[in-house]
Amino acid sequence: MDFLNAIVALSNFVIIPAIAYGSQLALGALGVTLIYGILRFSNFAHGDTMAFGAMLAVLITWWFQSMGMSFGVLPTALLALPFAILGTMALMLITDRVVYRFYREQKAKPVILVIVSMGVMFIMNGLVRFIIGPNDQKFADGERFIISVREFKAMTGLKEGLAIKTTQGITVVVAIICVVLLFWFLNRTRTGKSMRAYSDNEDLALLSGINPERVVMYTWLIVAALATTAGVLYGLDKSFKPFVYFQLLLPIFASAIVGGLGSPLGAIAGGFVIAFSEVTITYAWKKVLKYLMPENLEPSSLVQLLSTDYKFAVSFVILIVVLLFKPTGLFKGKSV
Amino acid sequence: MSEPVKNTVLFVLVFAMIALTGFMQSWNVALLILNMGLISAIMALGVNLQWGFAGLFNVGVMGFVALGGLAVVLTSAAPVEGAWSAGGWRIVIALLAGAGTIIGTVMVRQRMAAGRARNIATVAILAIGFFIYRGIFDPAVEAVEAINPALQGNLGGLNFWALGRTADELPRPDYFVLVAWPMGGLLAAGVAWLIGKTALGLRSDYLAIATLGIAEIIIAVMKNEDWLARGVKNVSGIPRPGPYEITLQATTSFVSRAEGLGLDPTTASSIFVKLNYSVLFAVVLVLIFVMAQLALKSPWGRMMRAIRDNEVAAEAMGKDVTNRHLQIFVLGSAVCGIGGAMMTTLDGQLTPGTYQPLRYTFLIWVMVIVGGSGNNLGAVLGGFLIWFLWVQVEPMGLWLMQLITSGMAEGSGLKKHLIDSAAHMRLLTMGVILLLVLRFSPRGLIPEK
Repeated sequence: MDFLNAIVALSNFVIIPAIAYGSQLALGALGVTLIYGILRFSNFAHGDTMAFGAMLAVLITWWFQSMGMSFGVLPTALLALPFAILGTMALMLITDRVVYRFYREQKAKPVILVIVSMGVMFIMNGLVRFIIGPNDQKFADGERFIISVREFKAMTGLKEGLAIKTTQGITVVVAIICVVLLFWFLNRTRTGKSMRAYSDNEDLALLSGINPERVVMYTWLIVAALATTAGVLYGLDKSFKPFVYFQLLLPIFASAIVGGLGSPLGAIAGGFVIAFSEVTITYAWKKVLKYLMPENLEPSSLVQLLSTDYKFAVSFVILIVVLLFKPTGLFKGKSV
Repeated sequence: MSEPVKNTVLFVLVFAMIALTGFMQSWNVALLILNMGLISAIMALGVNLQWGFAGLFNVGVMGFVALGGLAVVLTSAAPVEGAWSAGGWRIVIALLAGAGTIIGTVMVRQRMAAGRARNIATVAILAIGFFIYRGIFDPAVEAVEAINPALQGNLGGLNFWALGRTADELPRPDYFVLVAWPMGGLLAAGVAWLIGKTALGLRSDYLAIATLGIAEIIIAVMKNEDWLARGVKNVSGIPRPGPYEITLQATTSFVSRAEGLGLDPTTASSIFVKLNYSVLFAVVLVLIFVMAQLALKSPWGRMMRAIRDNEVAAEAMGKDVTNRHLQIFVLGSAVCGIGGAMMTTLDGQLTPGTYQPLRYTFLIWVMVIVGGSGNNLGAVLGGFLIWFLWVQVEPMGLWLMQLITSGMAEGSGLKKHLIDSAAHMRLLTMGVILLLVLRFSPRGLIPEK
């Protein structure tokens, strides 16, 4: 019984939150990795792209709610998501046309593009704050839990409760759908194949008649969709706050690099590696150990390796370790 | 227009804008902009050293600025009585144990042959070291933080002269805080050396992400380690290397002289205090600028630029690229640390919660790029200009919004929203300025020669 309780506590506080967080990071990292693979620079504006997409979703959700629309037990934000994606796609295409294309034609060095993306980051950050303000916004509605602690306890008779939030369930389902669609697109369609060819060898792709502008356009469209989805899912799960998305940049980049920049599969793996490490290292293990240890050996302290405020340190240390020992990441990514 | 003339015109324009602020708003605001402009110029010089001279992409400026601020508290604050005996030394021992663990791990990995034995040894040393470290560290921190937690609860600084002061006498200048500025540089340099040792081998993208992460970690440490500098509870009342307003207002000779100039003593005293800072900061800026200029023109500076422009060729010529990178990374970070220490002195308090990457890392980058990377004069100009805009865009935005919304109905939601949002115009403006400069004048206002 104690063993079961330990497993339930572990799932409740570590496994389920980490899976949800990992899915969000994976979607973010996929965007970063695609831009790196095709456009060949690290996009610092990615966190703010997520914030922009999520902001559009919040605004559209509010509009829907004011018209009395709802999605039943599911959050209304899911209805707003497609429209938000369209809006973000438009913004990405405009940004590419106005800003990035010039440097692509110039064949500017990647580091110049990174600095340019810093400028874009400022603008998007300002835009989001300008439109919705810097404060917390709640936009989740619908049923809060798939299983609540009380239901679970009544169902199983265990002492420890297990809660699965609707947003966590949705996060995982939506993330799986996104990833399946993305891989289908990259592996099965003509455009997807041309994107991979372009990423592998630009010159060869150009010689075989692939239109680079088309590849770049599709990349931005996909990145917009992924970033918006990741942003909305994160916002639903936690809450929407523009500055938090900027801070997500670090774990997202860590995921992409740990997995191997440029490798979509790596980005997903990296997302989960980072999420699980962050959650396990900053979790106070006392509750779980209490069930597993004999009574006289029970830990007196919280058994927390690091306080939650140091979660950035975790992604960072993993990043450094991977870079030192396996510079191309877990799945062979690119190195310039 | 010849180059010196153009540069002079640019500088005169920027200072004229600051002077205009003095005439139109108030001299207090203008001097505040000037003081922060001087500090920004120093930070921009630091980033220019790294990016302009050597092409190192450091986006962890915020961390080094914050370390400079930390050094001010650790140096110029009065020591907390009993903190060292309660747990201070034990904290030091714990930190040494932690460092020893890491050194031990590195040595094991270097000495032992690769294989299972080495992996087991690594994990064992790390695990045992971690528990020893936490075992000494946690109770020591608890003991230090238990001392007068409402006001202190930290180790305090090294300023033993401040101990004897009583609260009721008028505050007097304490020039010991000037020592904290080089200390800020030293602390930042030390940390930069550690970081550089691990991260500098990485290529530019990875280095950027790594430094971004390190800055966040430094801020996280400063926020959470209350024994160090009280964390988010902030340290205020940092001594000042100059006169205080209240003391000046109580001095009859100052009051009569101010009245002789036709100034109200309150305004006169605050202007005098700020001018005092301006002079101090200007001296530091000139010193650092001259040194940076000499470095740029020296054989060392030429070597740096050669490495920046073609690493492979420089390496083939026998230059030690990794060590030169480490050197300039440490130097540039030290300059940022000095700037950070000066800023904390100017504020009179250390507030780790206010450090944000957009303001302390990316804004400095905008200064360097707009001013002209690779040119020290450009970095200084960028520092003043961008800081001026950062401060003044907000009132300008407000004015613009009021103009736009003047036709709208009073009390309309949109009008209120637009006016409230004017404060966020500055980020937008900085982004637009950066992109415009990168597009139309990629070498900046004062390009590298």
